[in-house]
Amino acid sequence: MGSNGKMIRKKDLSIWQKSYVPEILKGLRQTIAEMFKPKFTYNYPEERFKPDSSFRGRPVLVKENEVERCVACGLCSRVCPALAIEVQASETELAKERYPVKFEINMVRCIFCGFCEEVCPEEAIVMSKEYELVFSSQEEAVFGKDKLLKSTEELKDRLEFLRQNR
Amino acid sequence: MPELMESLLLISLAKFVAFLSVVLVAAIVLVYAERRVSAFIQNRVGPNRVGPWGLIQPIADVAKLLLKEDIVPKNAYKPVHDLAPIISIAVSLSTFAIVPFGNTIELFGTQVKLMIADVNVGILYLLSITSLGVYGITLAGWSSNNKYSLLGGLRSSAQMISYELSMGLSIIGVVMVAGTLRLDQIVLHQTQYLGGWLPAWNIFLQPVAFITFVVAAFAETNRLPFDLPEAEPELVGGYHTEYTGMKFGLFFLAEYANMFTAGAVIVTLFLGGWHLPFAENLGLSAFTLSILQVLTFCVKLVLVLLFFIVVRWTIPRFRYDQLMNIGWKVMLPLTLANVLVTGFVLLLLQ
Repeated sequence: MGSNGKMIRKKDLSIWQKSYVPEILKGLRQTIAEMFKPKFTYNYPEERFKPDSSFRGRPVLVKENEVERCVACGLCSRVCPALAIEVQASETELAKERYPVKFEINMVRCIFCGFCEEVCPEEAIVMSKEYELVFSSQEEAVFGKDKLLKSTEELKDRLEFLRQNR
Repeated sequence: MPELMESLLLISLAKFVAFLSVVLVAAIVLVYAERRVSAFIQNRVGPNRVGPWGLIQPIADVAKLLLKEDIVPKNAYKPVHDLAPIISIAVSLSTFAIVPFGNTIELFGTQVKLMIADVNVGILYLLSITSLGVYGITLAGWSSNNKYSLLGGLRSSAQMISYELSMGLSIIGVVMVAGTLRLDQIVLHQTQYLGGWLPAWNIFLQPVAFITFVVAAFAETNRLPFDLPEAEPELVGGYHTEYTGMKFGLFFLAEYANMFTAGAVIVTLFLGGWHLPFAENLGLSAFTLSILQVLTFCVKLVLVLLFFIVVRWTIPRFRYDQLMNIGWKVMLPLTLANVLVTGFVLLLLQ
């Protein structure tokens, strides 16, 4: 505010800056320098993004000694905010006593939040690194045990990550 | 005599066909270059799938445009709606007729001037034809019967009128220095040397005129910082919102052909045209020298066009009031002062 109560506009630009030309040249230098920097994008089908172990891809069931770790407690199905998991339990002769007869994740519903992995007491369901999910029908998007089971070797990175960060 | 007439006609026709194809191909290549350069500036890769390095991409784009349905809005005025893109493309192609690609070249025993039309008032032709270009855009905006298109068309006419003035006045400086309106003579004037080492290109003789002319050229070609007639975020495409298929393609092509022509005119008027400094002292044969000069012209043109593209991806669009402010309060006085100073200096040097 000036002494007479009128607004005085602050002159924040010098004449040199107001003449545009030097500032434009500065901008041009920036963009031209940008041209020779490495690219952020991938040439997708040939080059693929390799996720870190912290990546939350599609959830899978851990298979240890040819059997799933899952004891069909149903916590994952309970916690799932998108209601994507369906578990049906049954009994078994193994030490764990219970196993899932049916374990289905509807990949159209899944939102990759990772709650199932967090809540699992057996570390039996974990998020994998797979992110390429394509279906041609609703039925095809429902993954059963055949597609969900992955051996511990395949999931080594994620299991290691969970051990360190949980 | 009839044989001479026939050969002259043939040469003219050959030149015409060659130049037309050059301009059209150049416009297509420019689209590709723009997409690639913009991708690089934004740390992307850009189109690289169709053909080697994606070079065939623009052809695929044109094929797509040709196959698209041509939709005319129900309330549009059809005759004008159809005419507008034709005006645009015709104007942008005919401007190129007077640009000298090179000095004379000897072909089959005749001296051929490397420009289509040797007009003795070349610059006036240039100014008058480029100002016709606004009709295409304004008519397109008006006949579409769409408020955004109309706004785009109106903006375009206001912008063109404001900037044509400073464009013409900045050329006057060049004309005063060269003392002629013929474009080939202006280039010849630039082949001299200042103090024996600096080529007398008009960029050195008329730096202010160079800057104002380049700015006005950006405004005339509707390129960003001055692309208010299209202004995607505010006008959803402006004057060509209601155009589809190849009619839209013609506007698109006209824009790039305009850019090509503007670049060629900048090179001709300010950057010494086909002049390659000190090449005439190398003792080359006349024919080699001619070819070299044409190549020089092309290299200069490519550099100017790259400049056009990089500027587009550097500077944000001006606001409408800023556009008018710059046009009338900055460019016009600046060009007038330039004419005045040039006149005084020329008077003192006499």
